[in-house]
Amino acid sequence: MAVQIIQAVAFFAALIGIWEYGSRSLWWNPVLVPSPLDIGKYVIAKTGDGELLSSCWVTMKRLMLGYIVGIALGIPLGLLTARFKFANNTLGVIALGLQTLPSVCWVPLSLLWFGQSEKAMLFIVVMGTLWAVLLATDHGIRQIPPIYRRAASTMGSSGFHLLWHVLLPASLPHLVSGTKQGWAFAWRSLMAAEIYVTVLTGYGLGHLLHYGRELHAMDQVAAVMLVILLIGFAADKAIFTPWERFLRRRWGLSV
Amino acid sequence: MSLQDELLNAPPAKLQVDHVSKSYVGNRQTVQALDDVSLSVGEGEFVCLLGPSGCGKSTLLNLIAGLEFPDSGFLSADGEPITGPGRQRMVMFQEHALFPWLNVTDNVLFGLNLKPHLTTTDRLGVAKAFLEIVGLTPFANASIHELSGGMKQRVALARALAPNPQVLCMDEPFAALDAMTREQLYDDLQKIQQKRRKTVVFVTHNVREAVCLGDRVLLFTPRPGRIRAEFKVDLPRPRDINDVAVAQLASAITAELKGLLQQSDAS
Repeated sequence: MAVQIIQAVAFFAALIGIWEYGSRSLWWNPVLVPSPLDIGKYVIAKTGDGELLSSCWVTMKRLMLGYIVGIALGIPLGLLTARFKFANNTLGVIALGLQTLPSVCWVPLSLLWFGQSEKAMLFIVVMGTLWAVLLATDHGIRQIPPIYRRAASTMGSSGFHLLWHVLLPASLPHLVSGTKQGWAFAWRSLMAAEIYVTVLTGYGLGHLLHYGRELHAMDQVAAVMLVILLIGFAADKAIFTPWERFLRRRWGLSV
Repeated sequence: MSLQDELLNAPPAKLQVDHVSKSYVGNRQTVQALDDVSLSVGEGEFVCLLGPSGCGKSTLLNLIAGLEFPDSGFLSADGEPITGPGRQRMVMFQEHALFPWLNVTDNVLFGLNLKPHLTTTDRLGVAKAFLEIVGLTPFANASIHELSGGMKQRVALARALAPNPQVLCMDEPFAALDAMTREQLYDDLQKIQQKRRKTVVFVTHNVREAVCLGDRVLLFTPRPGRIRAEFKVDLPRPRDINDVAVAQLASAITAELKGLLQQSDAS
């Protein structure tokens, strides 16, 4: 562990050092590739005046809301398609089709339906999350070994108890990977939407990135990219690592 | 009921199977898994269903457990028709069927939690007691994947016993284990059965296992699945699978089984 940390720290220190040195020695145009120091200055200044934090907040709020709605719809609908043939032949086919559609493709439609509003953003994020979660739930339920259901039913489990205490936990490995995929889709589609569309009710990180380009403020562009990257990384660690650790502990290395 | 029956004053049958038939419709052919099978199992009796694979013995067990239903005929437990799985009849499968998302104790608690009129403390106490019986107290908090095959089957046994069912249906529960572990489990199972007086229906294709464990051994032959012979085993308990008397009876039954199989192949 300690060795890993030392390696990582040394690598990034060297990378940033070379980058800074390159910028100062004008190996490239510092307007196009800002130095790490400039990026750091921007981050400190914009954190100080609150602009960066408020953008983070706006973006996270949209993401979380859409993500939660997507999961809250995706899991029950996935249960339906796994349970009922009719739902599978109808909704299941729609899900399969729409999952292949990059969710940024919903942006034009969403704008026409909801205008430049939070609703449009929500819709895009939900569309990014929903289908992946639905399909993962469906798949997770289907792959449960029939013996679990039989064993549970001999012990008197049925109906909601069976669903909550057997079917959902038994499909947990698929649910975790499905919600993780849903998270990735939601995050990507939100960023695309924010860069593409200006919503007056709040400037997210995507807008900041967009205006950075318009203003040729490359330090802003690079800094916002860095923030986006860090948020994705932190969310992954905060939300999914505990679940994955639980899966490894309980299921063993087979997951 | 005849005068003879009345005078014998036999205890009421725990499980009653009357003229049960069951077939499975496949793509190419219909398989007659059970053909007009009748049997009755007494309270506290240990009955082994013995036969080659595909003879319908597991089907019969599933019918008794209420996991499947017969095409014709009638099954009852304590005089009540079997209409579905019930807590009074617990099943132990060939695969352990333990839930990987729960630790050992929580697996044993699963059936107990579904049993009404118990406090949480009682349930935990019962679970601990059964883990003690199967010798797994040190692994109470372990994950299932950390256990060996034999330990998993012990947890499955504890899980099946914990809700205190009257009948235990066991479908080749030790078939996937190595010989040493299996012999240990024969001892454990006999001890538990003697102590708790469970009615056990035990499916196996291992003749010695049947003789070692059963009070009665029912011989099945396949296509169609029928009970062809019945053996009473009066050897003293606890029995050892390597005991000479067990081996002798087992070879007699094996000879009979071979004869029956040849007969049914010829016909």
